[in-house]
Amino acid sequence: MAPFAGYDMPINYPTGAIEEHLITRRGVGLFDIDHMGQIEIAGEAAETFVSHMISAKVSDLVAPMARYSLLLNEKGGIIDDLFVYRLPNSWWIVVNASNRAVDLEWFRSKAPTNVSIIDRSDDTYMIAVQGPRAIELLDKISNTPVSPIPRFCWANISIEGIPILFGRTGYTGEDGGELFFPAKKAIELWEYLLECGESFGIETKPIGLAARDSLRFEAGLPLHGHEIGIDINPIEAGFKWACDFEKEFIGKEALLSIIEQGISRKLVGIEVFGGVAREGYEVATADGVIIGRCVAGMYCPTVKKYAANAFVNPNYAKIGTNLSVIIRGQPRSAEVIKRPFYVPVYRR
Amino acid sequence: MAIDKNARYLESHEYAKPEGELMVIGISDHAQAELGDVVFVELPNVGKELDKGVVFGTIESVKAASDLYMPISGKVVEVNEEVKNDPSLVNKDCYGSGWLIKVAPTKLSEFESLLDAESYGTSIGEV
Repeated sequence: MAPFAGYDMPINYPTGAIEEHLITRRGVGLFDIDHMGQIEIAGEAAETFVSHMISAKVSDLVAPMARYSLLLNEKGGIIDDLFVYRLPNSWWIVVNASNRAVDLEWFRSKAPTNVSIIDRSDDTYMIAVQGPRAIELLDKISNTPVSPIPRFCWANISIEGIPILFGRTGYTGEDGGELFFPAKKAIELWEYLLECGESFGIETKPIGLAARDSLRFEAGLPLHGHEIGIDINPIEAGFKWACDFEKEFIGKEALLSIIEQGISRKLVGIEVFGGVAREGYEVATADGVIIGRCVAGMYCPTVKKYAANAFVNPNYAKIGTNLSVIIRGQPRSAEVIKRPFYVPVYRR
Repeated sequence: MAIDKNARYLESHEYAKPEGELMVIGISDHAQAELGDVVFVELPNVGKELDKGVVFGTIESVKAASDLYMPISGKVVEVNEEVKNDPSLVNKDCYGSGWLIKVAPTKLSEFESLLDAESYGTSIGEV
């Protein structure tokens, strides 16, 4: 167990981190992610407000759609990344646990009086059901099938009489969904999902934080504090696509100026030969000149590579560039490779 | 946690186990459980002479990197190539197929000064 944003969370279950990763790529992984925050934004000016606050396009977002977005400050720094769900009468925003308080304060400090910002985190439980057989499992136990729900859309369903907001979203690179439901039903639903996996012969296991990290890393999904952060802008991190420059939003002016001036560093994926590159390790040219630093690195169980994400001088960001990573004082050879290391199934 | 009674231990969880004239070196069951899934091991080359207490390699798990310390002085005569290719052997069978190196001991008396199975068990809180 490890403390994480005020929660005690298992790094791995008895299954073990690597096996948990592989189960999520072949069966169903269950993720107890109640630590994620949920903020509901409502009121007559809510759409204008949300559109101004977040980077992604909002004007074409109608129920039952959901979309990935960034929350930027005026300098273009990434306060958080989030998923925004367009509900019929409000906006349901899912944020990272460690940024929940900061995000809430940010939204509240900017909100006009005709917009309400409601923290739903304590009343709402969140479980992610991810993997190639996740939809098959949910179809068998949901009151209404989830398979017709398109990727990045949501629906109201119920399982065992528990009302659930089901989003066809996730953080693993696999198909599946994220379930939002009343917190008091958490243990009941968790155990029911495990039981149903067993009784239908669909391999279903709880997945800990270590595998959650390796799954998202392999699939090229960012983790705040690593590939993105308050001191990192979306242009250098490769998230220009998540910003709608056709509208006005906080941070837009800063981003336009960054685009005009050019970036001083760029996020790249690198394969490392002869060790595990970890966060903070320096990246050098093949000749030993330091040109960047790793923000995350680990063994990727599905693609069987030792890889890292690093911010480097853009002159060395081209795929195929030979680099080295300084692993405990020793330079180890490395090469810039294409991200994501594992292409999410819904993008193939 | 399993403690191989034929081996002796360092408090840093490496073991040395006699095999004929040689000593087999690895890490204990307790150590592999604490580390979690092992993903990489770096080991010395055959022929290298190493004193007791020096770092002879590195073991990396999903959680962290750890140095490996020589439990006994000796010359490396064999390196487990299988464990380099499949580091999970350390988790699956640390006293068997998950061994790390074999050395020809140069100061055999050091073996007696290592923790025996019972003392090691006490040191990790197992009675």
